[in-house]
Amino acid sequence: MTAQQILSQFRSTGVQTCFHGRHINPQIYAGLDGSNWHLKDYEARGGYQALRKVLGIGGGEAMTQDQVIATVKESSLRGRGGAGFPTGLKWSFMPRQFPGQKYLVCNSDEGEPGTCKDRDIMEFNPHIVIEGMAIAAYAMGISVGYNYIHGEIFSTYQRFEEALEEARAAGLLGNNILGSNFSFQLHAAHGFGAYICGEETALLESLEGKKGQPRFKPPFPASFGLYGKPTTINNTETFAAVPWIIRNGGQAYLECGKPNNGGTKIFSVSGDVEMPGNFEVPMGTSFAQLLELAGGVRSGRKLKAVIPGGSSSPVLPASIMMDCTMDYDSIAKAGSMLGSGAVIVLDDSRCMVKSLQRLSYFYMHESCGQCTPCREGTGWLSRVVDRIETGHGRAADMDLLDSVANDIMGRTICALGDAAAMPVRAMIKHFRPEFEYHVEHKTCMVPAYV
Amino acid sequence: MISESTKARFAKEVAKYPADQKQSAVMACLSIVQQELGYVSPDSEKQVADYLGMAPMAVHEVTTFYNMYNQHPVGKYKLNVCTNLPCQLREGVSTLQYLEKKLGIAMGETTPDGMFTLQQSECLGACADSPVMLVNDRSMCSFMTPEKLDQLVDGLRAAGDK
Repeated sequence: MTAQQILSQFRSTGVQTCFHGRHINPQIYAGLDGSNWHLKDYEARGGYQALRKVLGIGGGEAMTQDQVIATVKESSLRGRGGAGFPTGLKWSFMPRQFPGQKYLVCNSDEGEPGTCKDRDIMEFNPHIVIEGMAIAAYAMGISVGYNYIHGEIFSTYQRFEEALEEARAAGLLGNNILGSNFSFQLHAAHGFGAYICGEETALLESLEGKKGQPRFKPPFPASFGLYGKPTTINNTETFAAVPWIIRNGGQAYLECGKPNNGGTKIFSVSGDVEMPGNFEVPMGTSFAQLLELAGGVRSGRKLKAVIPGGSSSPVLPASIMMDCTMDYDSIAKAGSMLGSGAVIVLDDSRCMVKSLQRLSYFYMHESCGQCTPCREGTGWLSRVVDRIETGHGRAADMDLLDSVANDIMGRTICALGDAAAMPVRAMIKHFRPEFEYHVEHKTCMVPAYV
Repeated sequence: MISESTKARFAKEVAKYPADQKQSAVMACLSIVQQELGYVSPDSEKQVADYLGMAPMAVHEVTTFYNMYNQHPVGKYKLNVCTNLPCQLREGVSTLQYLEKKLGIAMGETTPDGMFTLQQSECLGACADSPVMLVNDRSMCSFMTPEKLDQLVDGLRAAGDK
């Protein structure tokens, strides 16, 4: 066998993460099997019907830009990348009469620990992202777009390039799409290993061929984005939700979820569960049901804690988490964030100090170094948690961590500082006795034999 | 010198961007260089800079900012094992340790025969596939149990230059 053949044996098939049949009323992942990602398969599933509807092709009037945006607003679709900002509202911020070039950017730089949903979308249903972006471009009068893809998932980037070629060849991208007056050029770009580029302005810097250091906001990308031009940036899953909304209406999408939390959401469940994977379920599904879809806690152990929305979101103890439903409002009320929908499950054998040690190292490693509180503070957090974990902690360390976290939060250009500080504060808030035990006994409270 | 075939690959990337924004292709061009030469040398940076009309230092800033660019030669196969929290919870760390033992090197090192460089990596974005490992920046290997690691390492050794 050649080296390439050997390596390809270990390529993910998606069977475990996506084609397990354990979604609830899926829209984005519906009907996928790994081989049916091509244009003809997507069209057989009703693909590009929404774009045709918007452009008024094949019967019916074309939708106006305002109608498209109003439909997305009505759907209550909120940004799936982590911030949960209303998508229709974001689209309405774009200056539609702007005389120069405007850009549309898809943020597929999926690097938030725990998150792996966009990879499966682009790998197994890439055309849904292309169609969603084309509709968004039409609604905002944009003629050029880029999809910036996490560098580590290079084969997914290559898959997306293939899908773009198919769409161009079929006249679904390019000049005068399907014979209409609407033209849209879409290209794929890739990162190369920088978590910070998931931050939208760092992503724009990277797309301009620079270090990915976030920009000060304001000005916001809607007025000063890529190459200084008005730009709208949405997450992959957000764009992927759009075709269904256009086909079925905003109200229907809203009704799939719960008020203010429309539609379905893909949750990436990782860590201590029997069957880690991506699960597309209606917003507002109970956490208990999601856990069950993932096969429950691994090896029949007890649930200890959950990081509900990616590594940056504050950890929640099992007792609080079991009462939550999976939507923006419920998780926020419980004191955390839905974030990107990455659910990291920890069972009762896990040491919280050790878990935090790994996360704090990550944020130190990935701080871009631009703002002093984050550059220095993430180092302090990592070193202090490290010394607690390795038995060199001091009694005052928990207060020190809290003070360092406090000195970072709200004092940096982008949210990475807060993202590094929040897990520390939440871990100490909910599991302080474990930290104290570590300091006092120089060993772990959770016995190794558990 | 950049070969004609490499230049053709560069041109495809440059064509994605406005004519006055060739610099946008720097990330892709550097990854192409790395795929062809194994790493990004100062000389390669200079050539990419000339091609894109950038200052060499601006290219160097990119090489040094992004984790996946190799600033020095690495083994024929660069193995990046994710040990971030979701992977730590699912044998990511023991996967790294298994490879350290099997290859007889510590993370960050290259085997004496120049075949393998082993590195710890941050989130690869494949958390539900843990343990995961990225080989030479482009091949994601999922669910890497010790048996599969043996198969991969032994297989690549046997494949030689194939």
